[in-house]
Amino acid sequence: MLQSTEVVRQVRDTPVRVAAPALKVPEPRPAVDRAKPCVVTRDLTAYFGDTPAIKNVSATFPQNAVTAIIGPSGCGKSTLLRCLNRMHETVPGARVEGDVEILGTSIYGEGKSPIAVRRHVGMVFQRPTPFPTMSIRANVAAGLRVAERKGAISGSTDEIIEEALQRAGLWAEVKDRLNESATALSGGQQQRLCIARALATRPRVLLLDEPTASLDPLSTQKVEELVYELRNTVTVVIVTHNMQQAARISDRTAFLLAGELVEFDSTRDLFTTPKDSRTEAYITGRFG
Amino acid sequence: MKTIRSRHLVSGGMIALTYLAAFMAILPLILILIHLVAKGASSLSISFFTNMPRPVGEAGGGMANAIVGTLMLIGIACLIGLPVGIGAGLYLAEKRTTPLAYAARFLSDVLNGLPSIVIGIFAWELLVKHRGFSALAGGVALGAMMIPLVTRTTEEMLLTVPNSLREAALALGYAKWRTSIAIVLRTSLAGIATGALVAIARIAGETAPLLFTAFGNTFWSTSLRQAIAALPLQIYVYSISAYEEWHRLAWAGALVLITLVLVISIAARFVTRSRFGAAVD
Repeated sequence: MLQSTEVVRQVRDTPVRVAAPALKVPEPRPAVDRAKPCVVTRDLTAYFGDTPAIKNVSATFPQNAVTAIIGPSGCGKSTLLRCLNRMHETVPGARVEGDVEILGTSIYGEGKSPIAVRRHVGMVFQRPTPFPTMSIRANVAAGLRVAERKGAISGSTDEIIEEALQRAGLWAEVKDRLNESATALSGGQQQRLCIARALATRPRVLLLDEPTASLDPLSTQKVEELVYELRNTVTVVIVTHNMQQAARISDRTAFLLAGELVEFDSTRDLFTTPKDSRTEAYITGRFG
Repeated sequence: MKTIRSRHLVSGGMIALTYLAAFMAILPLILILIHLVAKGASSLSISFFTNMPRPVGEAGGGMANAIVGTLMLIGIACLIGLPVGIGAGLYLAEKRTTPLAYAARFLSDVLNGLPSIVIGIFAWELLVKHRGFSALAGGVALGAMMIPLVTRTTEEMLLTVPNSLREAALALGYAKWRTSIAIVLRTSLAGIATGALVAIARIAGETAPLLFTAFGNTFWSTSLRQAIAALPLQIYVYSISAYEEWHRLAWAGALVLITLVLVISIAARFVTRSRFGAAVD
C-alpha cells in the first residue's frame, strides 16, 4: 500500500507527457516510397444528392504504410475514407463517380458487391461502437460470422480472437473477462476492441475515421502506438483532425480542402516543405 | 415590476398544481383497487380458480373456464400480434421514408384509436358470420388490436439504437437484413419485450371485441373452433345479472383480471430494468 504522501510524490515526480512536442515528424521510411500501391482512387467524386463532397480525387495509398488524411471540418475527409469501403453509398441520396482499386481490383466494378468489399476492408469510427448485447469475445468474432471462405483465415476461432486482441493491444486487459459485456470496458478499451474486431477478419486495409476523437489523451496515445505498430502488417488510412497526430503516426499525408486533394506527399515533406501555399497556411494554423 | 417574492409564490403555486394533477392521475387506480379488494377479496378462494360456474342458487361456483379461456385468447392474440407487429415495426424503423412506411405508420395510428367494438365487428364478419363463434375469432380480434400497439413501440425502440451501430455492422460486411436482425433488433429486444407486455396487458381486459367473437361459454372448452369463456365476458354477464351470488363472483373476477394486468405491467418494468448493457452512441 502506498501512503498518500508517497502517491502525491510519485505523481509529482512523474514526467508529464505533453501532448505533442510541436510537429515531431518521424524519419521517413524509404521502403514506403518504393512500396506497391494498395489503394488507388481515380477521379473519385462523391455526392450527397447533387452536392459533391469530394471532387476528382486521384491518390495512391501505399501498401503496409499509414496514410493520414487531414483538412478542416467539412472538407470531405470522412467521405473520401468512406468511399474506400463503399460505406458512402449507404447514406440515402449518396453516390460515387470514378473508381477505387484495392490491390489491383476495382471495388466499384460491375457486379461487385459492397458487402464483399467491406469484408476485406476494416473500418473503425470516431466513437467506439461495440455491440452492446454481445460479450467481448462475440464482438471480436462478429466479423468472422459473416466472413466468406472461413477456411481462408487460419486457426480456430479462439486463436483468431486472441490474435486480433493481441494486435489491438487489448489482450492482457481482457483475457480473463472475454465473456463479459463489452460496454463495461472504458472508452479507450472499447475503441481498441473495435480495432480488434476489424482486424479479426485479417483485412488488407484498415480505415480509421478519427479513431481518437472521443478518447482521453492516454487512450489516444495507446491507439496511436497501436497504429504505429500495425503499419507493417496492414495498410492503414486514417482521417484525423489533429495535425500532430498525422505527423506522429503517418508515413504519407494527404491534405484535403473543400473536397479537393490539395497536396499528397510523404508526411515529412508535407509538414516541413509544403509545396502549396494553402497547405502551408493550414499546417501553420492560419485557418481551419 | 415583479418581485422575487411574488415569483416564488407563483412558482410554488404552480408546483402545487402539478402535484395535485399527479395525484388525480393515480387516484382512479387507487380507488378501483381499494373497491375491488373490498368487494371481491371475500369471494376469492381456491374454488374460484378450480371450479366451473354453477347454476344460480348453488354455492361455490368458480371461473376456471374463463381464466383458461382468457389465457388461450391472449396466446392466440400473441401468435398473431407479435410477429406481425414486430415485423412491421422493423420495416418502419429501417425503411423510414418509403410511401408504404408513411401509410403503415398513419394507418396503425388510426387502428390504435379505433373503438375496440369495431375490431370485434371486423372479426365477426371475417370469421364468425359463416363459421360461428370461436376462440380463434376472439384471438384474431385481440391480435388485431395488438398489432398497432406492438408496431409503434417496436419502431420507437428500434429508433433508439444509434445509427453508429448499424454502420459498424455494415462496415464489417453484414448484409442489411442481418444488421437489422442480429444488431438492431437484438439490441432493442428488452424494449420490444416491454412493449409486447404492455400490449398484452392492454388487451387482456378487453370485452367489446369478444362479445360476438369468443362469445363466452358456461362449459369447459379449450377448442379453437368453439365459443370460449373469458374473464371480461364472464364479469360482464355476471355483473348485469340479478343474482347476489353472481355479483360477488363478478367482483372476484374483476380482482383477478386487474391483478393479472398489474402483474404483466410490473413484469414489463422489470424487463426494462434488467437490460443487459445500455446502448452506446
